[in-house]
Amino acid sequence: MTAVSLRDVRKSFGPTEIIRGVNLEIQSGERHALIGPNGAGKTTLFNLISGRFPITSGEIALNDRRIDALPPHKINRMGLSRSFQITSIFHRLSVFENLRCALLWSQGYSYSFWSPLWRQKALNERAEFLLEDLNLTSRRDILAGLLSYAEQRALEVGMTIAGGASVILLDEPTAGMSHSETDYAMALIRRVTQGKTLLMVEHDMKVVFDLADTITVLVYGQVIASGPPEEVRASKAVREAYLGALEE
Amino acid sequence: MSEATPATVAIGAKPMGRAWLWWGALLLLALVLPWMFYDWTTGRHSGFMISMLSQAGMMVIFALSYNMLMGQAGLLSFCHAVFFGMGGYTVIHLLSSIGAGDIGIPMEVVPLFGGLAGLGMAIVFGYMATKQRATAFAMITMGIGELLATASVMFHHFFGGEGGITTDRMIDRSLFGLTYAQGIQVYYLIIGWTVISVVGMYFLTQTPLGRMANACRDNFERAQFVGYDPKIVRFVQFALSGLFAGIGGGLYAITYEIVTFDAMAGPLSANALLMAYIGGTTVFAGPILGAVLITVLQSGVSLLSNSWLVYVGVLFITMVTFVPTGLAGIVMAHGPIHKAGQLGRLTVPYLRLLVPGVALLLGFIGLVELLSFLTIGAAQGKKLSLFGAPIDVNAFQPWAIVAVCVLGGAGWLRIESKAFNRVWEQVTADVKARELLR
Repeated sequence: MTAVSLRDVRKSFGPTEIIRGVNLEIQSGERHALIGPNGAGKTTLFNLISGRFPITSGEIALNDRRIDALPPHKINRMGLSRSFQITSIFHRLSVFENLRCALLWSQGYSYSFWSPLWRQKALNERAEFLLEDLNLTSRRDILAGLLSYAEQRALEVGMTIAGGASVILLDEPTAGMSHSETDYAMALIRRVTQGKTLLMVEHDMKVVFDLADTITVLVYGQVIASGPPEEVRASKAVREAYLGALEE
Repeated sequence: MSEATPATVAIGAKPMGRAWLWWGALLLLALVLPWMFYDWTTGRHSGFMISMLSQAGMMVIFALSYNMLMGQAGLLSFCHAVFFGMGGYTVIHLLSSIGAGDIGIPMEVVPLFGGLAGLGMAIVFGYMATKQRATAFAMITMGIGELLATASVMFHHFFGGEGGITTDRMIDRSLFGLTYAQGIQVYYLIIGWTVISVVGMYFLTQTPLGRMANACRDNFERAQFVGYDPKIVRFVQFALSGLFAGIGGGLYAITYEIVTFDAMAGPLSANALLMAYIGGTTVFAGPILGAVLITVLQSGVSLLSNSWLVYVGVLFITMVTFVPTGLAGIVMAHGPIHKAGQLGRLTVPYLRLLVPGVALLLGFIGLVELLSFLTIGAAQGKKLSLFGAPIDVNAFQPWAIVAVCVLGGAGWLRIESKAFNRVWEQVTADVKARELLR
């Protein structure tokens, strides 16, 4: 079954076309990596799928339902959640509150101003459980903005998966991390995205080839290759694109 | 001045624990305070105290409701007085109708109708304003404020034009058989509604809406990606803050029996901002401190000095520059140090700050008063005197003393505050180290 499908998606900023007709199918339960040189449009593509920017033309569907005209919060409620390349958390709320906020909608609280949070046992237990899962229990009551970088990245992943979305988009989750931090983060991501569809932008090739079932290569707003890791690794077009980008 | 250290624990991170004691003490103080100024020989309350305390009570509600936007949702509004004023006008009309026998509503629930009027207005205007955030939001609210201020002069029937409208609060309907002829009865009515409002607004901070308002303040984009529409969060928060502002306005109408244009105009909106900011927007109780302080300045200092607005203004600038977390922020910053039992180490550094601080303060007050007596005071035919000794504002000596106090105090304070900062950093570092060791 297709979890996310893109058909001839285009996006222009002013006269410049950044995404130039992308076709992509992401199967349910797949771990899909999106790679490509800087400026290829990977993050832009994420922004289009998650509804942060409107598309110029084309179609995007989530579980066979069109989402390309919907605002981000509606797309999120349909089961797609994303993280950001630049850490995006609620920096003046505690770590626990960050996770609880990420849980609220999926637990059906909506805009409730009548249910006191301290009495929501199931919700609070879930948030505590997530804290433990992310290994952040000792940081529970600290303001999220005061966490170390790696901890903030872990929190961001936690907030992304908290709502129980079936499709997870991670934008460079290991960017700026040391080797040991990357290993730890990848183990975490592997664990918390079990059974979900994962689409990930990543620069670290070791991580990509370790984790991904399918790799899509994006160059100048177009997909030049998509398939299993061995196939992509062997592809001449990919080698050329990457080498070309490096030579420039 | 201590550097603004961000409080390490978020607003309302946990339901109140020992804080109940403080709240209880504050309430008790509010209840007995009028009796401390009771004149037992004539059997009369001090009219000045009662009206100042009543004013403080309604301003506490107003400032806290403003902070639902400013501190909790990160929205800078310039039209908050509109909801206060609408509550006031509505209650004036309501009291007149009750007094005429058209409707029968007991006095104790009348302020609620002020709140409903505020809520209604906040729903209408919030729908426009909350589509935007940040600067655009502030601009829209400014427009709304101007619009309503103009409307209040245009629509005579409801607003009574420039003279405002009056009523008589002796409607003789009460759940407890009270007449509300005396200020003290009105004061206790205000206290009752202040308690209800404070509890209500605190409760809201502990609900999903309250928490998401904080979240949208910190990062509205992320809020969208956890399933929330920040526009709706802002809208509901705005509407509810209008409800509480309207309750405050209703109490205002009952207290003064007159509501004019001033109760919904720009300066009152600005006052809400001042109270919330000076008190501290990052702590729930902060605006309470600010509201009480500003009210005392307004009622007390305005009797003593022509220049009381200058003091409020300078206080505001000082707070924004040196202590953006407000008075409550300063208090909260001492929490972890107190917990670690290290507060004693700050005593001497504080005392050393106090001396140049007082010198600067007195010098500044002297300067303002000399200037004021040189100009306005002279026009009013007033004479400046200190402890009964007359001071000649045209002589050289008082100006010299004041200049020495200001310049000397400022220079000395600079040196001392550097030393203080060093101690402060040392102490906070020690406290952190202790926490890590635990």
